[in-house]
Amino acid sequence: MEIPAELRYTTEDEWLRLEPDGTATVGITAYAQDQLGDIVFVELPEIGRVIARGEAFGVVESVKAVSDLFMPASGEVLARNDALVDASQLINESPYDDGWIIRIRPTNPAEIDALLTADAYRSRLPAE
Amino acid sequence: MIEDVGARLSFDRGAPGRRGVGVPRWDGEPAALPDAHLLRESVRLPEMSQNEIVRYYGALSRRNYSVDSGTYPLGSCTMKYNPKVDDLIASLPGFAEAHPLAPAEDVQGVLRVLFELQSHLGEITGLPAVALSPAAGAHGELAGMLIVKRALERRGELAQRRRVLVPDSAHGTNPATAAMAGFTVQELPSGPDGGVDLATLEAALGDDVAAFMVTLPNTLGLWERNIQRVVERVHAAGAFVYGDGANLNAIVGRMRFGDLGFDVVHLNPHKTFGTPHGGGGPGAGPVCARAELAPYLPAPVVVQEDGRYALVRPADTIGRMQQFHGSIGVLLRAYAYIRTLGCEGLRETSGNAVLNANYLRALMRDHYDLPYDRPVMHEVVFAGTRQRRRHNVRTYDIAKRLIDYGLHPPTVYFPLIVEEALMIEPTEAESRESIEMLAGAFIAIAEESERDPELLHDAPQTSPIGRMDEAEASRHPVIRWRPREA
Amino acid sequence: MQAFPYIPNTDADRAIMLERLGVASVDRLFEELPAEHRDPQINIPAALAEADLVRLLQERAAENVVDRPTFLGAGAYRRFVPAITPHLVSRSEFATSYTPYQPEISQGTLQAAFEYQSVVCELTGMDVSNTGMYDAASATAEACLLAVRVTRRRAVALLEPIHPNTVDVVRMYAFGGDVRVDTVRHATDVTAEHACVVVQQPDFLGTILDVEDASGAAHAAGALCIVVADPLALGLLRAPGDAGADLVTGEGRDLAGPVAFGGPSLGLFAAREPFLRQMPGRIVGRAQESHPPAGASPGAAPRTGYVLALQAREQFIRRERATSNFSTGQSLIATAFTITVQTLGPQGMRESAELCYQRAHDAARRIATLPGFAVVERGAWFQEFLVRAPMPPAALAMALADRGIIAGLDVSDRGEPEAREATMFCVTEAMSPAHVDALVQALSEIGARS
Repeated sequence: MEIPAELRYTTEDEWLRLEPDGTATVGITAYAQDQLGDIVFVELPEIGRVIARGEAFGVVESVKAVSDLFMPASGEVLARNDALVDASQLINESPYDDGWIIRIRPTNPAEIDALLTADAYRSRLPAE
Repeated sequence: MIEDVGARLSFDRGAPGRRGVGVPRWDGEPAALPDAHLLRESVRLPEMSQNEIVRYYGALSRRNYSVDSGTYPLGSCTMKYNPKVDDLIASLPGFAEAHPLAPAEDVQGVLRVLFELQSHLGEITGLPAVALSPAAGAHGELAGMLIVKRALERRGELAQRRRVLVPDSAHGTNPATAAMAGFTVQELPSGPDGGVDLATLEAALGDDVAAFMVTLPNTLGLWERNIQRVVERVHAAGAFVYGDGANLNAIVGRMRFGDLGFDVVHLNPHKTFGTPHGGGGPGAGPVCARAELAPYLPAPVVVQEDGRYALVRPADTIGRMQQFHGSIGVLLRAYAYIRTLGCEGLRETSGNAVLNANYLRALMRDHYDLPYDRPVMHEVVFAGTRQRRRHNVRTYDIAKRLIDYGLHPPTVYFPLIVEEALMIEPTEAESRESIEMLAGAFIAIAEESERDPELLHDAPQTSPIGRMDEAEASRHPVIRWRPREA
Repeated sequence: MQAFPYIPNTDADRAIMLERLGVASVDRLFEELPAEHRDPQINIPAALAEADLVRLLQERAAENVVDRPTFLGAGAYRRFVPAITPHLVSRSEFATSYTPYQPEISQGTLQAAFEYQSVVCELTGMDVSNTGMYDAASATAEACLLAVRVTRRRAVALLEPIHPNTVDVVRMYAFGGDVRVDTVRHATDVTAEHACVVVQQPDFLGTILDVEDASGAAHAAGALCIVVADPLALGLLRAPGDAGADLVTGEGRDLAGPVAFGGPSLGLFAAREPFLRQMPGRIVGRAQESHPPAGASPGAAPRTGYVLALQAREQFIRRERATSNFSTGQSLIATAFTITVQTLGPQGMRESAELCYQRAHDAARRIATLPGFAVVERGAWFQEFLVRAPMPPAALAMALADRGIIAGLDVSDRGEPEAREATMFCVTEAMSPAHVDALVQALSEIGARS
């Protein structure tokens, strides 16, 4: 199960990547998409919304399940991956890259430090 | 050549000008039609001759499996035989042609049947306040939870009590119904024996709880050993006990919800009382409650006075569930079924249903994982975990391979608390040989998963169509016919 | 032990099974149940053999008077349903099959449902339809709840005159959803507090509405327009979707079969495209087979099939967050409805609707000429008309009953001026001309005597 070392993670199976310009990109992990199965629909937030850490910012639906998406860190929504509207399977195929979900401007850097490292996240997953 | 039946809808068949049926002409003086802007040019519909329609829908019907074709071992669905005499009775013109708003004196026959059905369901459940109008189980659940809401309102406790407790093994309609009734829902983890855990329940109860919704026997097909204490604790906390009667087939004629202290339950005639499932309805959802809750029943109910029957609106009713009085055709069939069996027949029903499920469990238990090693009631839950672990074969594949054995798969992936769940309910309508054949198919599939797992991954091979891309169907939904682009 | 026709196991079968289980008797399988409540006395009559059952129910059926001329409508209409409809839906492959959760062996149900969804979209002028709900009133209530979710407003408006039972059902669902229900006399009474306005077409007193006026007023207030439409009338009337409706519901029962004392019914539910994922109920979508079938020629295209789609909206996945608790619907009634409408076809739907219109208007014209009787004038109307007689509605009904005729609905207790002292008579395409003759004759006699 792929868990890139340079990313940070939440207990709800989201990942966060801090970008050079101080923004952050958010998505769900390879484990999460595997649990959900084929993803068919993603509900994305409005650009400009400010959402607190731990609050739901969207919903991801598969054929057999539905799951809220939770903010790994508080911030303003700068961009959303509109390619997912027509090609939600990008999350299954490329969860850390083409399957990114939103980009935010974090309002509280300390929250990012509190996120799980790749090793800490891996240790939470069921043994394969 | 293999025809692609699904690619040609009725709209793609026929030809301009063909008629399916003639309509009489108006031969009198024609009244002027309304202004053109209120009217339409025409409706875009297929133009087929009648024989084309019969062949097309006949062909569609042959692409369906059905109870009349074979076993439907679906857990929690009680897919038993649908007696044909019940269909005959429902179609008698005296019932079929009756208008719902006809004067009571002109419809005493159907009112009497409905009144007697109310009484029989009251006797069977031990809950005498009965309303027949809900259109399905979930609809009956909504009626039941709104009765609870009204009762709390009249006690002056509604503002305070807005939380409903539901086991995590509950059917999805239970929490969905509680939410529709305006309550918040708390799911309680089941105990290690699959039933309600008393300590968990105690911890969750409080003076803000409106009700506990419980299925009996539970959705694992197991008897709730603690049910009497559960009822006692819920009542002590000032809350109501709601019973989901979907599994009544396990206990009908042998145990009554009312005797156990339940406040209100709903029933599913299209399960327990053998009315046809129709590919997804029509069903019905009668609701039965303690006598004190009678004023809140949904309208209408049938009453009898001096030998005359009438429809009345209960004094403090929660309102109407449907425009008219209920799914009468379904209720007539349920009445006929109950009259055919009588009390003795109902006891035989539950007795054989439970015997059949336990027999099936004994035949299969060496080949599939059994998450709860207890005698069962009318259904048994196995898990496909062994096959997944050893051979990468999942419950989904096992289900699809059963189709190649000429059988409908059991319920899969429910209840949610069992991984790779396979829930099997034979019902009393299956014979011993048919159960042995069903077990034989499961055992053969278990052997195939060892020997040749690809056989299961590719299944079904012998059905009218194979596995389809369901993800794409939901990702880019096409849900109506459109003319082909020229 | 008495043998029951629906329970195959004999004593011999049970003995073999009990031996395998190591259990002495069937009753022992129930030992976990509380002893003090086991095997209660259940007072229902003893079992009836089939011949006795049929005789009993024939007696009950005969106690219902159904062959007299009857002029009731008000949401339940005698319709022309071609013989092919009951013939096809009584096929046990349709009638005794389960919900199509295993699509590979349920293509009959699924393709028929796709046909139904297509037909409903064509009739209503909407983009999307579900597989059907319980009945028009509950479908309308669910449409109101959808409007509440989408607009985030907590009140709904119902435009009078609307079926009083529809109001009752909406109020019940609103009791659950803590939503306020207002009835309004004009579409322009809708305010920014309302999530929607519900408009019945034709309205409860039979008048054909200009849906564009209602939808315009609704949209001006930022509310949705929900139209509850008579599906046969839609063979003649402008599709609500072409006149600005956002959601359309309606009653399909009467085109699926006989009136049947009001049920089982069929709630049409159709919507504009943006509301697709908010729709309650089941939805069937087209799908492609993942691999071509065994035995197909190389390079053959995968076959087309149908599956339950967008299931993630529904209760078994979303549980308390589902848009509705809706599960079992009215699938077989929907199939019957579809077959009737497709058998009528475009010409038949128009002809049936026009025949209904003409029969009703002819009856009204003849009654209006009778001394002492008046038919209330109120613009275009479809199949129901208001009659004022020389005596109050209750007395008129009694006088007609004495002559073996069941009058229309007494609407004199309603608030509308046109309903004052009035009885609402319904004449449809399926009512016998001889019955209408009998009505006119009877009214003429009644008028002469008063």
